[in-house]
Amino acid sequence: MTTHTLSVLVENKPGVLARVAGLFSRRGFNIDSLAVGPTEHPEISRMTIVVSVDDLPLEQVTKQLNKLVNVLKIVELEPALSVQRELLLLKVRADVQTRSHVLETVQLFRAKVVDVATDTVTVEATGTADKLDALIRVLEPFGIRELVQSGMVAVARGSRSMTDRALRAAERTA
Amino acid sequence: MENLTGAQSLVRALAEAGAEVVFGIPGGAILPAYDPLLDAKDLRHILVRHEQGAGHAAEGYAQATGKVGVCMATSGPGATNLVTPIADAYMDSVPLVAITGQVPSSSIGTDAFQEADICGITLPITKHNYLVQDARDIPRTIAEAFHIASTGRPGPVLVDVPKDILQSMAPYEWPASLDLPGYRVASKPHGKQVAQAASLMVSARRPVLYVGGGVLKARAAEELRVLAELTGIPVVTTLMARGAFPDSHPQHLGMPGMHGTVAAVMALQKSDLIVCLGARFDDRVTGKLSTFAPDAAVVHADIDPAEIGKNRSADVPIVGDAREVIADLVVAFQGEGRKPDIEAWWAELDKMRADYPLGFTEPEDGSLAPQHVITRLGQLCGPDAIYVSGVGQHQMWASQFISYEKPYTWLNSGGLGTMGYAVPAAMGAKVGRPDALVVAIDGDGCFQMTNQELVTCAVEGIPIKVAVINNGSLGMVRQWQNLFYESRYSNTDLKYVPDFVKLADAYGCVGLRCESAGDVDATIEKMLSVDDAPCVVDFRVGQDAQVWPMVPAGTSNSDIRYARDVRPDFSEGADG
Repeated sequence: MTTHTLSVLVENKPGVLARVAGLFSRRGFNIDSLAVGPTEHPEISRMTIVVSVDDLPLEQVTKQLNKLVNVLKIVELEPALSVQRELLLLKVRADVQTRSHVLETVQLFRAKVVDVATDTVTVEATGTADKLDALIRVLEPFGIRELVQSGMVAVARGSRSMTDRALRAAERTA
Repeated sequence: MENLTGAQSLVRALAEAGAEVVFGIPGGAILPAYDPLLDAKDLRHILVRHEQGAGHAAEGYAQATGKVGVCMATSGPGATNLVTPIADAYMDSVPLVAITGQVPSSSIGTDAFQEADICGITLPITKHNYLVQDARDIPRTIAEAFHIASTGRPGPVLVDVPKDILQSMAPYEWPASLDLPGYRVASKPHGKQVAQAASLMVSARRPVLYVGGGVLKARAAEELRVLAELTGIPVVTTLMARGAFPDSHPQHLGMPGMHGTVAAVMALQKSDLIVCLGARFDDRVTGKLSTFAPDAAVVHADIDPAEIGKNRSADVPIVGDAREVIADLVVAFQGEGRKPDIEAWWAELDKMRADYPLGFTEPEDGSLAPQHVITRLGQLCGPDAIYVSGVGQHQMWASQFISYEKPYTWLNSGGLGTMGYAVPAAMGAKVGRPDALVVAIDGDGCFQMTNQELVTCAVEGIPIKVAVINNGSLGMVRQWQNLFYESRYSNTDLKYVPDFVKLADAYGCVGLRCESAGDVDATIEKMLSVDDAPCVVDFRVGQDAQVWPMVPAGTSNSDIRYARDVRPDFSEGADG
């Protein structure tokens, strides 16, 4: 099984997330990560879906996704040809003895401290899944109190826009 | 623009979308819609006795006429009772629009009385569904629902309307055009792929046209006949495609699959080119997929791109409407200027046909043979009748022993295998085709699931015929228990079957009974002479008759058994 990143443009309508997520679960695929948000066009949302699946079932699920009435366009993003980022918020123990070590680590990873309490700091980091994993590993010995991660968002490198092309195609068929 | 209540909008929009008839049952949440329905002149409502009946009736109507079938139910249990026919329509690609009432918007999500999340429930079994949130959206939603249900690969669409939306006022405006940017329908096939297919067809030595329900959906039976006769290639028609090609045609080998003819099964199995037209390589056709048609190249034409390569990879994929595809194939084949050399192939197939024809042996206990009853039904009711079956042994026999000569004369539940389909679907078919003779062929197990719709038929003047093949048991399951569970008949003997003649009488239908072969013809004639009421015939048949040939589930088609202990020998020259 290999990991695939799908960018899916959908109509911004109620229930679309359930339709898309349901398609994966119904066919027994586990979604590794999923992020949804609006695009530069308010009527269109963009989902970034990361799944571990073989090529043949992926083709089937992509075809089924394409059949959903609210799905406008699906593109698979190759890691080398796209920018892929996740966001991590992490609350780590940092008392008087360890605080300077923690802050040093945060700087090394070009992460940010976004909240400070007497015995913890909250760290914000963005990056690829590998980088965030590394940060977590290094901070683990200090004691992680709480951790939350976003789904991955990704965009293809270069000047072409997936949304523009999808919109133009939609206008042609309308 | 006229201001209407949501309910008035709904009723007007249904009529404007082309609906002539709605099968349904009122209830609390859908109640507002039933008020304007009382005055609707161009929309007939048929009050069924169970919502499942409404759904199957709408399916039968749709399958017999090619139009969109419409059913209506209230929220909660009314809506969940539609789930089975909706799933059935999804599996068999039947254009269906289901309208459900929903609890008022403000109560959604509160576990209100008769609340069920029917959009959530039907998500995996509808082509699309809608929860209407504004009365203004009703005409557009109905227009979209009919468009989606009937175009491309047809399927069910559910429209859920909360009660307050039905009661609120909004301007009525029928949309001039539809805005469905994510909904694309392929129609025109790709010329290059059609040319490739035609080129394979002329060079094949063992080709087969594998015809599925998509050919009927595309109304392409005439085109198919032209293609078949032009190429001389043998034809098999799946359970969903019976009638798409005349059974009497010399090029027709019959139905492939688990209970197909030996010739049809082996033609696919030993072919070097399968030209699949609107079929989907279902497990009931392929048997064990990894051993299916090992030497065949595959041309797969379907309007749904997701079907192509789903089960069997295609060498030539063609996405398009079957009628367009076949018409283009005819032109491309003619352009090749020659025909395939398939004389040896035909000799082999003709031998198979001659050696292993469909047939049955008379039961040893002297009981009435169900196959005889069904054969005579087919002969006496004729090729213009519409035959509607339930699911099980009687369904397979009805597919095998009736000669289907015309499209849309055979309706059944293929994909989902819904017992109880026959009576309500026959009712719907008769409503859609009132001049046609509509004969339900049902099993006694199936019949007891949905026979309440007989009273609907009696009250509404829908004189269908129902031939119950009554063996007092759940016959197909019993057959499997006999073959694969050492005859341990766990819960397949129905022990006591009600008196169907009395039942028919109680429902306002004519009831007849037949218990011996000598009475079969006279009973059928009598059934055919009843024209002012629905007629039920209780054919008391033996319990031990079995459906043959059979490819046991999960085994290779090459292991087809012609009868219980008879396996055809294909060794000579066979590599399949």
